[in-house]
Amino acid sequence: MAQNPAINTLRSPLGRVRGLGSARGGTHHWFMQRVTSVALLPLTIWFAVAAATTLRGASYEDAAMWVQQPWNAVLLLALVGATFHHVAAGLQVVIEDYSKTEAGKLVGILLVKAICWLATIASALAVLRVAI
Amino acid sequence: MAEFKLPANSTIQRGKTFKAEAGAKKVKAFKIYRWDPDTGENPRNDTYELDLDKCGPMVLDALIKIKNEVDTTLTFRRSCREGICGSCAMNIDGLNTLACLKPIEDVSGDVKISPLPHMPVVKDLVPDLSQIYAQLRSVEPWLQTETAAPPDEERRQSKDERAKLDGLWECILCFCCSTSCPSYWWNGDRYLGPAVLLQAYRWIADSRDEATGKRLDNLEDPFRLYRCHTIMNCTRTCPKGLNPAEAIGKIKQMMVERQG
Repeated sequence: MAQNPAINTLRSPLGRVRGLGSARGGTHHWFMQRVTSVALLPLTIWFAVAAATTLRGASYEDAAMWVQQPWNAVLLLALVGATFHHVAAGLQVVIEDYSKTEAGKLVGILLVKAICWLATIASALAVLRVAI
Repeated sequence: MAEFKLPANSTIQRGKTFKAEAGAKKVKAFKIYRWDPDTGENPRNDTYELDLDKCGPMVLDALIKIKNEVDTTLTFRRSCREGICGSCAMNIDGLNTLACLKPIEDVSGDVKISPLPHMPVVKDLVPDLSQIYAQLRSVEPWLQTETAAPPDEERRQSKDERAKLDGLWECILCFCCSTSCPSYWWNGDRYLGPAVLLQAYRWIADSRDEATGKRLDNLEDPFRLYRCHTIMNCTRTCPKGLNPAEAIGKIKQMMVERQG
């Protein structure tokens, strides 16, 4: 009988498959990834259109005026939040898919989350400093 | 875990060629993966030339002809030869399918045959399925109830309830889908894969079953269920024309539904 070289144990296949049991989670992560992707569709189009029309060639003062419009500031903050949430969720899945070790997985996910958190805060601060 | 290179002892070598008999008119070459655990040699691709005028129409007919008349050492699984047992699942011309349902005519050029991808090989075209059978066992694919069945009567379903099982009960567990799924290749130790998730959904969707919540609990896991990234190889490859990706999507939908 051929042995799977990746399996180095005498534990029964069923015992191995059951493993540590179900995590009873993952739904929120998966659902929020979909929600943010749907939210990003209109937000990204809105920002791309604004960047290509109103903001194109605008002076610093004009651009700052645009950001200071309440709706623009709100939508920019929403864009920042949805983008980095989506990036973090997506990269976490990629890391879980491909990392070979538990330690590598943990470090990778924490690193991605830290970078996305800081990027969110920094971007939000930038919007607020101009807007307020 | 993702591995992108074959280990040195798995690199496939050029194998032997068995020429068609002289005078054969309709010659087709079958390039078949061969590996024998007893020799310690690397796997190789052997080429068998057959006269299609003297061979049945399906790839399985060709395999049986080779084993009977050309090379008795060729090893493969088969039983019903009519697409209901799932034994002869293998990779033919780049797509996982059943050798008994695949017409030789559908393959242009040489017919390349290898075992189901990314499974340990027992010998030649026979994969070791013990892991995937254990995964099937782990979803407890049988009716679970606390209510006793009505005396002298079967448990009843409405026509609509029964219709929900269509597209699910037809699965013959050949595992063409699971072994075509990159996510199952990378994380098959924890991801249950499309075949087993379709089976799980078959019981979740069954109106007679009373363990739906327990079944969903058991699946609600970043690896067991959520490694499905809707790649859709499963649906594309299914030799029975089923849609495991849709069944997985419905499980995810139910997971969201029960959140509140």
